[in-house]
Amino acid sequence: MTTTPVHFYQVGSYAAGNRLVGEGDRTVQSGAGRTNALDSGHRACQGCGEALGARYVLDAAMRSCDGQLMAVNATGCLEVFSTPFPETSWRIPWLHSLFGNAPPVATGVSAALRVKGRTDVRVVAQAGDGGTVDIGLACLSGLFERDDDVLFVCYDNEAYMNTGVQRSGATPPAARTATTEAVGDSPGNPFGQGKDLPRIAMAHDIPYVATATVADLHDLEAKVERAMEIRGARYLHVLVPCPLGWGSAPSDTIELARLAQETGIFPVFEARDGSVTSVSPIRCRQPVEAYLSRQRRYAHLFTDPPRQDVIDHIQAIADRNIARYGLVGSDAPATDGEH
Amino acid sequence: MERPFAITLDVGSSHANRTGSWRVERPVYVHRQPPCNGACPAGEDIQGWLYHAESGDYEAAWRLLVETNPLPAVMGRICFHPCETSCNRAQLDEAVGINGVERFLGDLALEHGWALPGAAPSTGSRVLVVGSGPAGLGAAYHLRRLGHAVHLVEAAQQPGGMMHYGIPAYRLPRDVLATEIQRIVDLGVELELGRTVTDVRRERAAGSYDAVFLAVGAQLARRIDIPAGDSSRVVDALSLLHGVADGDPPQLGRRVVVYGGGDTAVDAARTARRLGATDAVIIYRRTRSRMPAHVEELDAALAEGVTVRWLSTVDSFSGTRMTVERMETGDDGAPRPTGEFEELDADSLVLAIGQDTDLSLLGQGTSLTVEDGVLALTPTMMTSEPGVFAGGDATPSTRTATVAVGHGARAARGIDAFLAGRSNPEPTPAAPATFDRLNTWYFADAPRTRRAELEQVRRQSTFDEVVVGLTEDNAVFEARRCLSCGNCFGCDNCFAVCPDNAVLKLTSAGDYEFDYDYCKGCGICAHECPCGAIDMVPEEI
Repeated sequence: MTTTPVHFYQVGSYAAGNRLVGEGDRTVQSGAGRTNALDSGHRACQGCGEALGARYVLDAAMRSCDGQLMAVNATGCLEVFSTPFPETSWRIPWLHSLFGNAPPVATGVSAALRVKGRTDVRVVAQAGDGGTVDIGLACLSGLFERDDDVLFVCYDNEAYMNTGVQRSGATPPAARTATTEAVGDSPGNPFGQGKDLPRIAMAHDIPYVATATVADLHDLEAKVERAMEIRGARYLHVLVPCPLGWGSAPSDTIELARLAQETGIFPVFEARDGSVTSVSPIRCRQPVEAYLSRQRRYAHLFTDPPRQDVIDHIQAIADRNIARYGLVGSDAPATDGEH
Repeated sequence: MERPFAITLDVGSSHANRTGSWRVERPVYVHRQPPCNGACPAGEDIQGWLYHAESGDYEAAWRLLVETNPLPAVMGRICFHPCETSCNRAQLDEAVGINGVERFLGDLALEHGWALPGAAPSTGSRVLVVGSGPAGLGAAYHLRRLGHAVHLVEAAQQPGGMMHYGIPAYRLPRDVLATEIQRIVDLGVELELGRTVTDVRRERAAGSYDAVFLAVGAQLARRIDIPAGDSSRVVDALSLLHGVADGDPPQLGRRVVVYGGGDTAVDAARTARRLGATDAVIIYRRTRSRMPAHVEELDAALAEGVTVRWLSTVDSFSGTRMTVERMETGDDGAPRPTGEFEELDADSLVLAIGQDTDLSLLGQGTSLTVEDGVLALTPTMMTSEPGVFAGGDATPSTRTATVAVGHGARAARGIDAFLAGRSNPEPTPAAPATFDRLNTWYFADAPRTRRAELEQVRRQSTFDEVVVGLTEDNAVFEARRCLSCGNCFGCDNCFAVCPDNAVLKLTSAGDYEFDYDYCKGCGICAHECPCGAIDMVPEEI
């Protein structure tokens, strides 16, 4: 038998850090020297996934470019809760203009930096799902088409949470929002609508597209790092659960992100030049009920009797994702028992 | 100050906004009692010493281990490891092989000659310890560390009690036992061999002992009346094992029948095989599931060719032929005779049907209370006579060496408190670290290649001295499988997952603090803590 060096720790590579592994194998977030790009005192709700996602992404990006980073923000929760005038939670240069124009503002910042010869300074644009898939989509498509040197990050919490949980083009089917009430024969958001923005981005053949969640920090940081190594238009789509809009316990934020991935509802992958190059395999596959039943926005599916037809429909969507991206492949690491 | 166009206020940090005021629950770091620690009869901080072993600091691990148990190389071989039975990891894949790591640490200490922690300055008190089995040795060790003078009196010619005269050498090599005993004696224990204490009260007064610890064990083999011819060879299992330990085994012949279902019966059968018996048959009157012997012991015996006749009793024995009666299980679970008999060839019969305590040493006129043949005790291990403590097999217990070591430690604390004239409440253990408090997603599965290799080692290491124990590589791997239930191991998760940066990371690993000025009390840190070391506690409003 070939001997392999012991490379197995209590928590493998899944926890943020570990006293037993070298600094290089720990996440940016485990280090006391992280930027904390989004600082304490911000007014996000308890357990906000977006606040977490933004700090994860920007701190990792800061490490990748030696702190030479500027951020452009669309309107949305992230903008509102971080900068109630005159306070700011940002510890990096940060710019906000309008709801829909974050991509062209970022393009402008990038162009200005190029003109000034400051190509060492990198540009990140960020928006919620509303600012990305609905209001900013035309502008974003233009950024992709021109291949401007911007990393665009969408923090997807699947509705317009800041204004009171209205449906967006990223709201999943059957979810209750203020504009898709749980009434009638097919309650909640209708099936067959909405936009799959990572695939739309891939259709532009831009150099880098990836999805991630706040549940797998190592994966998220690695994707930011790879994106920062590339020049040109890059797109990162991060699932950030929202306790307010999803009707979930604040403590469940990361758990739900994990379940979204483990059920196949949210496929985690990366793509180069329009083609998928790698996927994060599901470690412990779960039925969609495990994900849906923890959120009050799906409470109308778990009545007595439950709306099994709707649950089955959502399961079919998850199964299709698993098949499309090969999320339960033969090369997935074997697991023993449920977690 | 001149402000830019349309700006009326200076820019300030959001630090001004103390979001901690939103909180209705606060996270607090806790230490919970891991199930292994809760199950350890010797009271070891198993999770604690595994933590040191994980980083390869084996000496620190061993030092923490011997804080409670001075016999790790012995226990790493003969303990029935209730810690592993209760291990939370068993619900994930397989229990951590704690016993194997303990043996590895114990052997490493013998190899490097690490000394036990020294005795405290003398208190001037003298304690008589009667019996040098695991309970007596455990008490002697802890009493010396507390600064009391110890006179350890042993009736046999060799110290160790049942560890020497009961447990066969294939399970516990005598050099290992002798070295670990010597290490305790080296702390300044006055060891006297070959003298039987016959009257505790007189002995105590004559020697001016301030306290006494009785650890005389259970040395009397029970007998039952089985019709047997004069020429029949009938021995009890204790005499057999004692004889083997003294190098003078009784003649058993080629076909040996052992009557009984406990660990001693299994030891006797395995020993008979080693003495050359071609047939070693255990006869037990109940079913396998009711057998008191530990499963691993029985499995090892069966693997060595020992056979068992379940639901049988010995009816009579004529020297070469034995009559065995079939039993059946009644509705109440008790075995009932069926009146059906079988015969088998047998050269000797070994009785292994239990042991009693010889309490004749108590002497005349003693006030010691005896219940069910053993000494009754207070929670501090004191008998009904002030200053006389007891432990081990002579007291109510499950009669294993590990329980006895734990008794010794507890009694030492009780004696220390008694001598100082204070009450000695045993510390209340922390709330248990149950499996449902863990977030097991963060724990990686062991690679299959490694697991197969480990399984083989685990199976062999505890019992068969032909095979070496864990290697360093395996030991550290096994230690790292520990989930650190209920105790922080410094994974930085809480620090990373806080949306409000309200966890502060201090200088050393596992050293964090909550910043309650900004903590909103969302509870993500508690939910994502792999080992369940954070509680959410309601705020007083």
